[in-house]
Amino acid sequence: MTILQVEDLGITFGGLRAVDGVSFQVSLGEVFSIIGPNGAGKTTLFNLVTGIYRAGRGRIVLAGEDVTRVAPHLLVRRGMARTFQNLQIFFRMTALENVMVGNHLAERTSFLADLLSLPSVARQNVRTRARAMELLERVGLAHHADTTAGDLPYGVLKRLEIARALAADPKVLLLDEPAAGCNAVETEAIDRLIGQIARDGVAVVLIEHDMKLVMKISDRVLVLAHGRRLAEGPPRQVRSDPAVIAAYLGEHGAREADRAHG
Amino acid sequence: MLKRVLSSRLAVLVLLAAIIAVVPVLAPSSFYLRVAALVWIFALAALGLTILTGYAGQVSLGHAGFLGIGAYAVAVGPAKLGLDPLLSLLLGAVLCGLVAYAVGRPILRLKGYYLAIATLGFGLIVALVLTSESAVTGGPDGMQVPRMVLFGWRVSGVSTWYWITGGALLVGALLALNIQASPSGRALRALHDSEVAAAGVGVDVAKKKLAAFVLSAVFAGVAGSLLALMNGFITPDAAGFMHSIELVAMVIIGGLGSVVGAVVGAAFLVVLPQALTVLQEYEQAVLGLLIMVFMILLPAGIVPSLRRLLLERAA
Amino acid sequence: MSIVDARHKAGHDEAEGAAPGKVMAEFLQLVFSGLTVGAVYALVALGFTLVYNASDVINFAQGDFVMIGGMGTVFLMAAGLALPVAAFIAILAAVLVGLLLHRLAIEPARGASPVSLIMITIGASIFIKGVAQLVFDKQFHSLPAFSGTTPIAIGGATLLPQSFWVIGGMLVLVLGLWVFLERTLIGKAVLATAANRLAAKLVGINVTVVLALAFGLSAAIGAVGGILVTPITLTRYDVGTLFALKGFAAAMVGGMGNPIGAVVGGLLIGLLEAFGAGYLSSTYKDAVAFVAILVVLLLMPQGLFGRRAVERV
Ligand SMILES: Nc1ncnc2c1ncn2[C@@H]1O[C@H](COP(=O)(O)OP(=O)(O)OP(=O)(O)O)[C@@H](O)[C@H]1O
Ligand SMILES: [Mg+2]
Repeated sequence: MTILQVEDLGITFGGLRAVDGVSFQVSLGEVFSIIGPNGAGKTTLFNLVTGIYRAGRGRIVLAGEDVTRVAPHLLVRRGMARTFQNLQIFFRMTALENVMVGNHLAERTSFLADLLSLPSVARQNVRTRARAMELLERVGLAHHADTTAGDLPYGVLKRLEIARALAADPKVLLLDEPAAGCNAVETEAIDRLIGQIARDGVAVVLIEHDMKLVMKISDRVLVLAHGRRLAEGPPRQVRSDPAVIAAYLGEHGAREADRAHG
Repeated sequence: MLKRVLSSRLAVLVLLAAIIAVVPVLAPSSFYLRVAALVWIFALAALGLTILTGYAGQVSLGHAGFLGIGAYAVAVGPAKLGLDPLLSLLLGAVLCGLVAYAVGRPILRLKGYYLAIATLGFGLIVALVLTSESAVTGGPDGMQVPRMVLFGWRVSGVSTWYWITGGALLVGALLALNIQASPSGRALRALHDSEVAAAGVGVDVAKKKLAAFVLSAVFAGVAGSLLALMNGFITPDAAGFMHSIELVAMVIIGGLGSVVGAVVGAAFLVVLPQALTVLQEYEQAVLGLLIMVFMILLPAGIVPSLRRLLLERAA
Repeated sequence: MSIVDARHKAGHDEAEGAAPGKVMAEFLQLVFSGLTVGAVYALVALGFTLVYNASDVINFAQGDFVMIGGMGTVFLMAAGLALPVAAFIAILAAVLVGLLLHRLAIEPARGASPVSLIMITIGASIFIKGVAQLVFDKQFHSLPAFSGTTPIAIGGATLLPQSFWVIGGMLVLVLGLWVFLERTLIGKAVLATAANRLAAKLVGINVTVVLALAFGLSAAIGAVGGILVTPITLTRYDVGTLFALKGFAAAMVGGMGNPIGAVVGGLLIGLLEAFGAGYLSSTYKDAVAFVAILVVLLLMPQGLFGRRAVERV
């Protein structure tokens, strides 16, 4: 079932068409990957879909409702959560608290109740804590629960962001390069985690440069270049698309290969 | 274990209560009690900024404006409108909240330096109104504040005010600690580090900031009322720019986001000028120098630095 | 609250119901006084801009350079020096203070949060005022006008010769600064550092020197403004605060970091204040300026000349 539908989305930054008429749909339980060279507009596309940037044109439909102009914090209510390429961690809070904030929407208290520390707040805290702990265990970070996030290594924070996003109980989860900067073991763990999330019925939209990972776990792949759709389809088909090879492997892939060999 | 104790709500409250209880025993004269009561009052105002700046990371360089509104509420209310002083105090707090709501709604969209200048402008305007509307406020010379009468009992005397202000501080500290460990507190601390990420998990950033701003204004307003009632006299200076700066300095020097820090910072900045009156001429220079030195050498603030030291020792 | 243009205001309080010619003259009078004070705000704003571009620091002690310029000249003249010599030494003193501020307070706190930096420079400002109280005194002082006090009549309004000095001085400084930045190697280094600090470092620019230069220059600009305006507005050890606030506001209204914006913002705030004082209420003219600033900030968060940018995520 289609949960997220993006139609003809576009935005320009001072003349630069960062995203230029992109459309796609994602279904529940599916892993949909977006790849493309650096600067292709992938992150910008996420920022549009999550309401952080205001689309210059196009439409976003989430669970059958037009959400094009809906503010970011309200999109979560409708089932959208994400992670960030350049970590947006709450550095001063513990890992556990980071995930607890992710559960914010489910928390049934008010500012006044919190101020007076009514019994309901304590009960809510217990529930939130238990749920956050569960999620930390799920991403394998339970042993870091009480560590201040600012003291944790990069690879760990990537997973912490996933746990935080999961705490919002999303129907659509957008992951922006979750494996970037992670070692082989961590990448493996993220691979497994994404598979699980999708099996639980969540639509996963994944931006990733690690081609092995993308080819392995994606149901469908969208290739972007210069803000436009270059190709879309199952991994195997996309991989052998001549336009993709020219544009994507031509610029980005060649550089990656150079780095790997030299 | 030590870490748990150091960060527990009860421990902080017990520590504060103990200090408040012990000071009168040690104070050689009522002058010291008065200074201590001033510390509690400014600590209460600083606690408001702990919530706004410490938790939520929003700067205000105009909070003395709310201090001034609270102070004049208990002066103007009884003197010009014939209201009961206690009722005036409550109305002053409500007024601070309403003004903060009206002012905060537009300006809290601004960030960093822009928010700083906007709040600064607000404080300046309040001070200007208090100075200029002399028919109501007595102008630059200020006005007398009628004594508070509680159920027929005329509240006066240094030691009475000492206990009232100490009690108010404890209540303020309790509220600030309550918020810290609650869903709202987590949301505030989260948006301090990343507004996009906080919004990304459903935190209504604008609303939370506004709530923090309103609450911090009420804290400052109550502190202002207490200040005016205790002194029995008030001038527009209470709302002045220097007081706004001092409030922020208290919070940062004590340790941003730390409840004990706000009290330590207040103690530091209230006691110091009293000590410096001996070298009256040098007061301002020394004050400026100290603010600079603390910011540069101890950017984390006194309490968090001490805490870290203690934990390292224990480990 | 401000003592700025205290002497200038005289005479336009009885304009109500006046003839059209008089209305025009009154208007012109306000424009003159607005531009005069605005020119000083523009200079302070320019100082903010220089430092901000080079270091991302807002130097709240910026207004105190204005005070050092004015007070320094007053006291050096009282000691028997001629005006130009006294002014020159006062400017040097301000530059020295600016350099010390950079070396002793800003450099050691590199990488601190904006809130800390705000407090450091505010601490510096309080410190400078405290020292000024000791070195100078707590009285208001004035300087003799540079070329007499015979008002010049223009369109029914009058303009003090000193106003020409202030506005002209501002224009000369802006032009000089422009030539310095665009036409000299070291000026270009400042611009390069402003554009991209890391890149500037990589191409071998000594960023620390550039920052020191920015502080020194901004101090000199502020001091000159102070010397030029003191014959009109009087000076005291604590006049820096309001100059800093207005200058800061001007820089923001213009768009933080934009030199042209700083100048336009300064003049604009000067004019708004003058009109506020003339037509609304002279008590609330500071409020008029700040309300205007709020409106600008809320409608155009980037200021009049700032680039409209979408924050990157
Ligand atoms: N807020 C912004 N303001 C101006 N330009 C922007 C902004 N955000 C993105 N851009 C530009 O839009 C283009 C697309 O950037 P984007 O970050 O979406 O690329 P990307 O595909 O995510 O690249 P990468 O693989 O490096 O993460 C780039 O040229 C970038 O500089
Ligand atoms: Mg990207």
